[in-house]
Amino acid sequence: MSLDHATVRRIASLARIRVEDHEVDALCHELNGILGWIEQLNEVDVSGVAPMAGGTNMATGNHAVPMRADVVTDGGYPDKVLSNAPERIGDFYVVPKVVE
Amino acid sequence: MMLTDLTIAQARDGLRAKQFSAVDLTMAHLHAIEALNPRLNAYITVSHAQAVNQARAADAALAAGDARALTGIPLAIKDLFCTAGVRTTAGSKILGPFVPQYESTVTANLLRDGAVFLGKTNMDEFAMGSSNMTSAYGPVENPWKRRQDNTAVLVPGGSSGGSAAAVAARLAMGATGTDTGGSIRQPASFCGLVGVKPTYGRCSRWGVVAFASSLDHPGPLTRTVQDGAIMLGSMAGHDPKDATSAAAPVPDFEAACSRGVKGLRIGVPKEYHSDGMPADVEALWQQGMGWLRAAGAQIVDISLPHTKYALPTYYIVAPAEASSNLARYDGVRFGSRHDGEDLRDLYERTRAEGFGPEIRRRVLIGTYVLSAGYYDAYYLRAQKIRALILKDFTDAFTGVDALLTTTAPTAPFAQGENMDDPIKMYLNDLFTVPANLAGVPAASIPAGLDANGLPVGLQVIGKPFDEETVFAVSAAIEQAAGFTALPSLRAGG
Repeated sequence: MSLDHATVRRIASLARIRVEDHEVDALCHELNGILGWIEQLNEVDVSGVAPMAGGTNMATGNHAVPMRADVVTDGGYPDKVLSNAPERIGDFYVVPKVVE
Repeated sequence: MMLTDLTIAQARDGLRAKQFSAVDLTMAHLHAIEALNPRLNAYITVSHAQAVNQARAADAALAAGDARALTGIPLAIKDLFCTAGVRTTAGSKILGPFVPQYESTVTANLLRDGAVFLGKTNMDEFAMGSSNMTSAYGPVENPWKRRQDNTAVLVPGGSSGGSAAAVAARLAMGATGTDTGGSIRQPASFCGLVGVKPTYGRCSRWGVVAFASSLDHPGPLTRTVQDGAIMLGSMAGHDPKDATSAAAPVPDFEAACSRGVKGLRIGVPKEYHSDGMPADVEALWQQGMGWLRAAGAQIVDISLPHTKYALPTYYIVAPAEASSNLARYDGVRFGSRHDGEDLRDLYERTRAEGFGPEIRRRVLIGTYVLSAGYYDAYYLRAQKIRALILKDFTDAFTGVDALLTTTAPTAPFAQGENMDDPIKMYLNDLFTVPANLAGVPAASIPAGLDANGLPVGLQVIGKPFDEETVFAVSAAIEQAAGFTALPSLRAGG
């Protein structure tokens, strides 16, 4: 599987990263280099193998993630939450107009 | 002896015996940072005033008889750990203006135990790199020099390159790092340090800027094995705020350092002999086997058959998780913003401006392998091979207590080398990545110098939640190696 220019533009768009026209060719080359190297994984027989996602006690084979009580344990400080906002009005984040 | 040359264990004893104060110790390090950091660029942020205040509080605690594990010990914190009120950049432009309002669990644990924080250390952007060259805050110089060519500027390794350079040059007594594919152990090897990646779940990831959540492991970088045990003992522990944090009790790692290796079976995996490995690196590995044998351990040849697939598996799993984790950097809630015509344009310009080339590469790879039509062929397949890699370790550990390998395939290289092809840089993590995929604990210990006079580390890999054996084997190697070489650039050097 090899990426063409249109696919590179499509995944850049999915990833919400602007890619300039003059960057597409080099990016395509780099990504195909990495994907080509990854192809060696096709040699491995994975039939009957259950996928492993990682997670808690991953190394002991116990994948159960503990449940916690469904109660509010934190919050109530909008100033802290908003303190790093690039732009805010009152307790709101500001973004460009979305609805006409 | 200068205060900056003390180990954490020595400084702890000296503080308790009132041979010097915590303020003396912190000031010595701040002066060393002032003198050397402009050249090494190990710290992105130095928190001078905060460090002095913490040192004063440590002196008060010592005077009151309330000495804890790290009271008054000056440490450096990788700039991936959120620190309340202190800018945390993750080595990225996109987090340039970010000042966390909360403290990561690991750094909160260190503060609970009395540590002094000197500042935040440089790193590869979002911990993606093996040379510190991807940092938006400039490269870091390795304090070690080639014997024949002391003008070449070498990399400290990465991604915890600033932490490693700081500890090696005596700009901190120890430092936190994170290890997703080797980011503690490879810089430890490159800078002549001890670096420990504990078992997955041993140290909380809460408040650590996420790269690949199933692979990220916080851990310490120190100058001795004992110091690594002291730091990890403080950093580790169950944290309800991280659902993957293990509820296991934290053993006395420091006590484990003096257990010895008599009667232990140490596996040597045949797949870790690589064709391109320099002869002196291979020779040090053989030497390591000899040391452990002489200390009473038995060396056993073993096989980890899926080793060669670990790195390409990693380069599916890690970018997939990164593309998801880094979706949060949208220029709306925190971090830098680049304005656009509409919301979508704002996102796209913010992320194009804010992310460096390696981040963009990995986010695009991750987006691709998770996208409709490719998920099964790439991501699901990688998860299955990951299960086979874990099985390799599980099978091996039925017959041995720990494994011994080299940490990195080479000694430190020069800035600018391995930059022409991303895969060349990725190959640095050939021997470290498998332990991240399997979640098993591993450490790098300085074993000796190569022909150029540069440090080379050996790696000890242990069973899940058996860091104690890793510390015992590491301490035995440390004792036999008698590694006393010093980097050219260091405080008072």
